[in-house]
Amino acid sequence: MFLDLKNFLARGFSRHDGEKQALLVLSDGTVFPGRGFGASARKVGEAVFTTNMTGYEECLTDPSYAGQILTMTYPLIGNYGMSRDWCESSKMHVEGYVIRELCREPRHVKSGKSLQRRMEEEGVPGIWGLDTRAVVRKIRSSGVMPACIAVFDKGDGTAEKGEMLELAKKLDYSKINFVEKVSIGKATSFGRGRKRVVLIDYGVKMGIVREMNKRGVEVVVVPWNASAEEILAFSPKGIIACNGPGDPAMLMKQSDELKKLFHLPIFGICLGNQLLGQAAGAKTYKLKFGHRGGNHPVMDLREKKVIITTQNHGYAVDEKGLGKEWRVTHTNLTDGTVEGIAHKELPIFAVQYHPEANPGPCDSKYLFDRFVAMI
Amino acid sequence: MPKRSDVKKVLVIGSGPIVIGQSAEFDYSGSQACASLRQEGVKVVVVNSNPATIQTDKEIADIVYIEPLRADFLERIIAKEKPDGIIATMGGQTGLNLAVELYEKGVLEKYGVELLGTGIEAIEKAEDRGKFRALMKEINEPIPDSIAANTVEEAEGFAKKHPFPLILRPAYTLGGTGGGIARNRPEFEALLELGFTLSPTHQILVEESVLGWGEFEYEMMRDKFDNCITICNMENVDPMGVHTGESVVVAPSQTLSDDEHQILRSAAIKIIRALGIEGGCNIQFALNQKTGEYIVVEVNPRLSRSSALASKATGYPIARVAAKIALGLGLHEIKNAVTKTTPAAFEPALDYCVVKIPRWPFDKIPESSRVIGTQMKSTGETMAIGRTFEEAFGKALRSVEMKKTKVEKQDWERHMTAPTDLRLYAILDALRAGWDRKKISEMTNIHLWFLDRFADYVDVERSLKREVFGREVLLEAKRMGYSDEQIAAVIGQEAEMVRQMRKKHGVLPVYKMVDTCAAEFEAKTPYYYSTYESENESVPSEKRKVLIIGSGPIRIGQGIEFDYCCCHAAFALREMGIESIMVNNNPETVSTDFDTSDRLYFEPLTYEDVMNIIEHERPEGVVVQFGGQTSINLAQKLSMNGVKILGTQMDGIDVAEDREKFKVLLHELGIRQPENGTATNLEEALAVAERIGYPIVVRPSYVIAGRGMMIVYDAAEMKKYIGEAVDVSEKKPVLIDKYIERAIECEIDGVADSEHLFVGGIMEHVERAGVHSGDANNVVPCVRLKKEVQKQILDFSEKIALALETVGAINIQYVVQDDVVFVLEANPRGSRTMPFLSKATGVPLVKLAMQVIMGKKLKDIGAGADMPKMNHYAVKGVVFPFLKLPGSDTVLGPEMKSTGESMGADEQFPRAFMKALLGANLKIPESGGVAISLKDGDKERAAPLAVALQKMGFDVYATPSTAMQLGKDIILLKKIDEGEPNILSEIKKGKIHLVFNTPKKGKVASTDGFRIRRACLEHGIPCITNFEACEALVSAIEHSHGKQQSLERVEDYGMAKKK
Repeated sequence: MFLDLKNFLARGFSRHDGEKQALLVLSDGTVFPGRGFGASARKVGEAVFTTNMTGYEECLTDPSYAGQILTMTYPLIGNYGMSRDWCESSKMHVEGYVIRELCREPRHVKSGKSLQRRMEEEGVPGIWGLDTRAVVRKIRSSGVMPACIAVFDKGDGTAEKGEMLELAKKLDYSKINFVEKVSIGKATSFGRGRKRVVLIDYGVKMGIVREMNKRGVEVVVVPWNASAEEILAFSPKGIIACNGPGDPAMLMKQSDELKKLFHLPIFGICLGNQLLGQAAGAKTYKLKFGHRGGNHPVMDLREKKVIITTQNHGYAVDEKGLGKEWRVTHTNLTDGTVEGIAHKELPIFAVQYHPEANPGPCDSKYLFDRFVAMI
Repeated sequence: MPKRSDVKKVLVIGSGPIVIGQSAEFDYSGSQACASLRQEGVKVVVVNSNPATIQTDKEIADIVYIEPLRADFLERIIAKEKPDGIIATMGGQTGLNLAVELYEKGVLEKYGVELLGTGIEAIEKAEDRGKFRALMKEINEPIPDSIAANTVEEAEGFAKKHPFPLILRPAYTLGGTGGGIARNRPEFEALLELGFTLSPTHQILVEESVLGWGEFEYEMMRDKFDNCITICNMENVDPMGVHTGESVVVAPSQTLSDDEHQILRSAAIKIIRALGIEGGCNIQFALNQKTGEYIVVEVNPRLSRSSALASKATGYPIARVAAKIALGLGLHEIKNAVTKTTPAAFEPALDYCVVKIPRWPFDKIPESSRVIGTQMKSTGETMAIGRTFEEAFGKALRSVEMKKTKVEKQDWERHMTAPTDLRLYAILDALRAGWDRKKISEMTNIHLWFLDRFADYVDVERSLKREVFGREVLLEAKRMGYSDEQIAAVIGQEAEMVRQMRKKHGVLPVYKMVDTCAAEFEAKTPYYYSTYESENESVPSEKRKVLIIGSGPIRIGQGIEFDYCCCHAAFALREMGIESIMVNNNPETVSTDFDTSDRLYFEPLTYEDVMNIIEHERPEGVVVQFGGQTSINLAQKLSMNGVKILGTQMDGIDVAEDREKFKVLLHELGIRQPENGTATNLEEALAVAERIGYPIVVRPSYVIAGRGMMIVYDAAEMKKYIGEAVDVSEKKPVLIDKYIERAIECEIDGVADSEHLFVGGIMEHVERAGVHSGDANNVVPCVRLKKEVQKQILDFSEKIALALETVGAINIQYVVQDDVVFVLEANPRGSRTMPFLSKATGVPLVKLAMQVIMGKKLKDIGAGADMPKMNHYAVKGVVFPFLKLPGSDTVLGPEMKSTGESMGADEQFPRAFMKALLGANLKIPESGGVAISLKDGDKERAAPLAVALQKMGFDVYATPSTAMQLGKDIILLKKIDEGEPNILSEIKKGKIHLVFNTPKKGKVASTDGFRIRRACLEHGIPCITNFEACEALVSAIEHSHGKQQSLERVEDYGMAKKK
C-alpha cells in the first residue's frame, strides 16, 4: 500500500548515471579526478580549505572566498539544501567547490534549490567523490597554491590536464584586486536607526550589516575606494572596515583613507583588521595555509579568556611594525598570530575573525554591542 | 594560572557494577581521569565495587578500594585516607548521587574535603527538576511545561491540564529507570506508582510530550575562567521518545543548517554558564524541524555515555581534560593530547561521519518486550567511522554482531510505529520493497534525510545485481559500507571470491586518522579507521608487533571483563617492548582509548575487516584469546588464511569447543564428565535423555554464555524445547548433559605454558550447580570443597590444559557431587572471571598469559607450582538487568542473564559475601520482615534459617504450608489469590524487606512466583531464588549483624591476619 511507484522506478537507475566527470589540478602537478557537479566550466583559483562542518551556503556566498577554490574538510555537503536565509551576499564567490559527498536530495523546510542547481546557475564548477582529506593534507604540508578545476561535458579531461596545470601555474593570487570585483557599485543604505555608520565594502558579509541593523543602527555601505571625504559626507557616527578577499598589501591606499577617519569610532573585521594594521604602521604577511573554519581559539589578552571564533583569512598582521599608540588585543591560541588590535586611546579596534559568524559560533557578537556603545 | 597546589590527594568515585544505563564508559572516563590527575602530581584514591575495571588497577590509581559504593563506606575511606578533594563526575549517576549524599550528610565538611570541578550547587541545579526549571526560566531557555510532582495529587492535577501522551521521569535514577511515556490513564497511573517507588527523592517529573521531534545533544566543557567549548554535537536518528542510549546516533549532526546548529550551541553555552559547570556536561535538545522551535530536554552535569561516545568520535579526551579543569587549570593551559601541539581550548572538527548503534539483550531475555522508549534496555553499543553516512552505518551494522535480524513483512509496520530493536531492519527491508520514504518517515518520525541514506544503502544491492561486476560497482559498494560477505550474498558468490576480485582491481581500504582537527594540524596519535579512498595515512612501523582482537559491544555474556583482558594484553606487550595493535569497535571502553595500545583501529570485528588490517600492518601474530566469542570466532578463518594465531592453537580451541572431541580427550585422560550425548532431531534427543536419565541440561552447540540453555525435567519439556526454543539440524546439534543435582560448581582460571599450568585460584559457586557461572556468586578460596577435592581439581586442570596444548589463559569448570569431580567444560582462553581473580589474589593473570603467549616460561616469570596464598576470602557478586526489562523473570538458570559484577573481601566468607551483595547494590536489611516461599525439597531444610532470622529480630512471614516447616512465631500469609494479607500486599505496605523464593522445577514459571519476584524487583527488595544462596545470606547477615564491615585497600587484603 505504501509503494511509491514513481520513486521506485526513478531509483532503478544508478545514482551516478549520466554523470559528468571533473578534475582538480594543483599547481604542483597533483591531479585529483572526481565526479562533476554544478556548472560545466573551467576555473582557476587559489586552493584553500575550511573546517566548518555546517554553513556551506554561507561559505559559498562569502565574498572573501573570491578567487579561491574551496575544499570542505567535512565530507557531507548539501544535506539541508540552500535558502536565501543563509546567503551572505547576492551570489556565490568561490571559483570552484571541492567536496567529498554531494547530497542531491536536500531535506529541510527552508530548502529551495539544491546546491548543484544553484552552482550550475551561477557558473560555479564543483568536484566531488575525491579524497578531500588528501587535498587538505597536501595544502597543509605545502601551503595554499594555485589550482585549476574543470567539469567536463564529455570525457574525463585526460587531454586537458596539461593545459589546466599551465593555467594554474600562471595564476598569481596576490597580484589580483579581488576587492574591486566584489565591492558594491554605489553607496546604499540598509536599515533604519537613530544612528548611522558607514561600512566600507571590501567584500562585506551581509551578516555584519544585519547585526548592526538589529541593534538599531543604519548602515550605509559605500564602495571600497570611497574617499574619506565621500564617507564623511554621510555624517556617520562610526566606521566599519569589513572583510574581503585578497592580499591587503594591494590596498595601502585604503589604509591611508582609513587613517583620515581616526577621529571616529572604527570597527575592523578581517581584512578591515589588516587594513587598520597597515594604517597603524604594521605590515601583513601571508600564512602558509590560512585560518578557515569555525573552531579557532582566540585569546582575549585583556580579559584572559578564550573565544571560539569563525575565521577566514590567508594573511595576518605582523605585530612588529605596529605604532606605539596601538596594542595587540587578541592572539590565536594555536599559532600565536595577531587576532585583534586596538588603539590605546581612540575608540578604534579590530579583530581578524568574524564576530558576525555565519557560519560558525556566535560567541563574539558582543563586539557589535561594544561598537554600538562607542558611537 | 597554574594548577592548584593545595590539592595533593584526590578521591575518585567509580560507578560500580555494569548495569543497563551505566556501562564500561565510566571505567573509561575514570581511568583517564586518574591518569590525568597523576600526570599533575596528584595522589589518586579510587573506590569502586567492580573488580573488572582498569580504574581499580594499581597501575592506574595510587590507592584502590574495592568496596560497596555506599555513603557509609565512603565516609570511612575519607576518614582513613584524608583526601583534599573528591571528584564526583566520573562515576556516572552513582558517583554523582553519592557525592551529593556525602555533601548533604555533612561528611565533606566534616573532613574538609572539597568537591572538585563541578560543585554541589551546579549538580543540584541540573539534577533537581524544580531548580532546573526555575533556572531555565530565569535565563529564558525554553522547556516543556512540566511539574516536579512530589505526590500523586500534584501529578494528577497536571494531567488534567495537558493531554496525553505525557512523559514521566523519576528524579535521580540512572538511564531513565522507571520512566516512560503514558499514552493513556492506566499507563499514567502505573508509571506514577513505579516512579515514586524508584526515585530516591520520591519525585517525578511529569512533562508535556515532544514526541517525534528531533533529538540533538551537545557535549560541552567549561573551566573556572568561564571558557566554554563544544566538543561535539550529535543527532539522534530516532526521534524524541526513544532514549538517546537506545537511539542510533550520528556525529556530527546531519540535518541542521548552520543557523540551527548555532542556536542550539549558543543555548548550550548559556546553560553551562548559568549552571556553573567546571568540567564536562551533556545537554539535550528537542527540535521541531518543521517550525524551528526547540526545547531543552535535560542536562547531565557529569561525564556520561554520550561523552564517551563524543570522545571516541572526535578523539578529544574529555575525561582527561575535565580532570585537569577540576584541578583548576584552564582549557588554554591544557595541551591537546592528540595533536600534542595545539591547545585543548578548541572545538574538534570532524572530516568523517560517526554512527553508533546500540546492542540489546533480547536474544538472552526473550520474554521481555522488545519495544524501546524512554528507559534504556540496551547493554552496550558499537560505533563505526566512515567518510559517508552510509559507510559508517554499514560498518556499524556489522559491528553490532546481531544474528537474527529478519523481520516478517506483516510485522514491518509494527516495528516502525512502536519502535523495537528490529526497527532498522524492518525499515531497510521495507525500502528494499520500495515503500515510500515519506510514509516511513510519518510512521517512525525519522528524518527523511536518514531514510534517503538508508535507501541509498539498500540501493547498492540493486546496482550490484544489475551492473557488470567490475571495479566501478565494487568500489561504489565498498564506499557505501558493504562488506565482501554482503556483496557476495547479493551476487551469489563466495566472500573470498569478492575479496580476490577486489585485490585484483586494487579496491583496497586505506586508513585515515582521527585527529580532532580534520587534518588542519599534524597529529601524533595513531587512531585509525578504514575507508575506500586514495591516500593511506597509516604507516606501519618496523618494530616487533602483535595485533589484539577486541570483544565488540557489551552484551550479556560478553561484558567489560573481556575488554579488561584486552587492555591488559596491550599493557603487557608494551612492557615487553612489543608494539600492540588494538582492533575494536566499542566506544565505551578503555581498549579503544587512544593511548591504551600503540596503534588503534576502530573497525568492525569481522574476518574481512581484521584481515585487511593484518595485511596492512603485518604483525608477527594475532591474539584471539581475550576478546570473548567474538575474537575466537575469527580465529579459525584467520588461521586458515595463513595468519599466525599466538598462544593456544586452533586444534586446542577446537577440541575444547567440540563436545565429541572433548569427550574423547577426557576419556583418554581418565577424567569424568557428566553423562552426555548429542542429538540432531527430537527422536535422538529423547533417546539420549532416556539413556542418561532426567533431569538433563540441553543447549545448542557453539554459543555464548549458555544462550538457549535449559534444565529439562521430562520428555514433555524436551519436546517443547526442541520444538520451540532451538533450531536443530545435522549441522546444529543440541548438546545434552546429565544435570548433576545437589552439587557444587566451581571453576579455575589459569595460565599454561606447554609444560605447566599455573592456577590463579579455585572459585566455588555459592549457588547450587545449575546456575550459569556468570550468574553465580563465586568465592575464592573454596569454602566447602575439601582439600583432596581441590587437589584433584588442580590435577585435572593441568592434565586438560596440557592436553589442549594451552599456551596462555584457560578456564575450566567443574561440578562436584559428594566429593566426586566432573568436568563441565574447558575454555582455553581468557574468561569472565579473570579480572575478579586477578584482583582477589593480586596476581596479574592476563599479564602472565601474555608473557607466556610471547614465549616466556611460567617458571621464569614468577608463577610457581602453587596457587597464590590468600589470607582472606573474596566473593564475586552479580548484578541483573531485570528491572529495566519489563516482563523478565528473575529466576536464575543455566542461561546467563547478569550484566555486571561486584567484589567483596573479608577474612570471613560470610562477611565477604555480604560486602559483595552490598557492592552489587542489593539492599540487605538489618531488621524488618523476611518472607519465605520455597519449593518442596527446600522447605524442609529452611527451619534453621527462620530460627536464625528470628533470633536477630526479623519477622518471618510465610503461607501456612511453609510455616509448618519453619517452626514457631511465623506470621501467616494467605496465598496471593486468596485475599490479604498476602506476600504482595505486605510488600506494598513496606513490611517485607527480604524474600526467599525458590521456584518450582522447570521453566514453566508459576504465576505466583513470577508475581512475587517482579514485585520484589519493583520495590527494590532483594529476592533470593536459590536455596544455597539463602543459607549463605542468612549466615552473612548473622556475621555482620551489629558489626562494622571491614574496609581495606586492595593491597592490604588479608594483611591483618598475616601479622
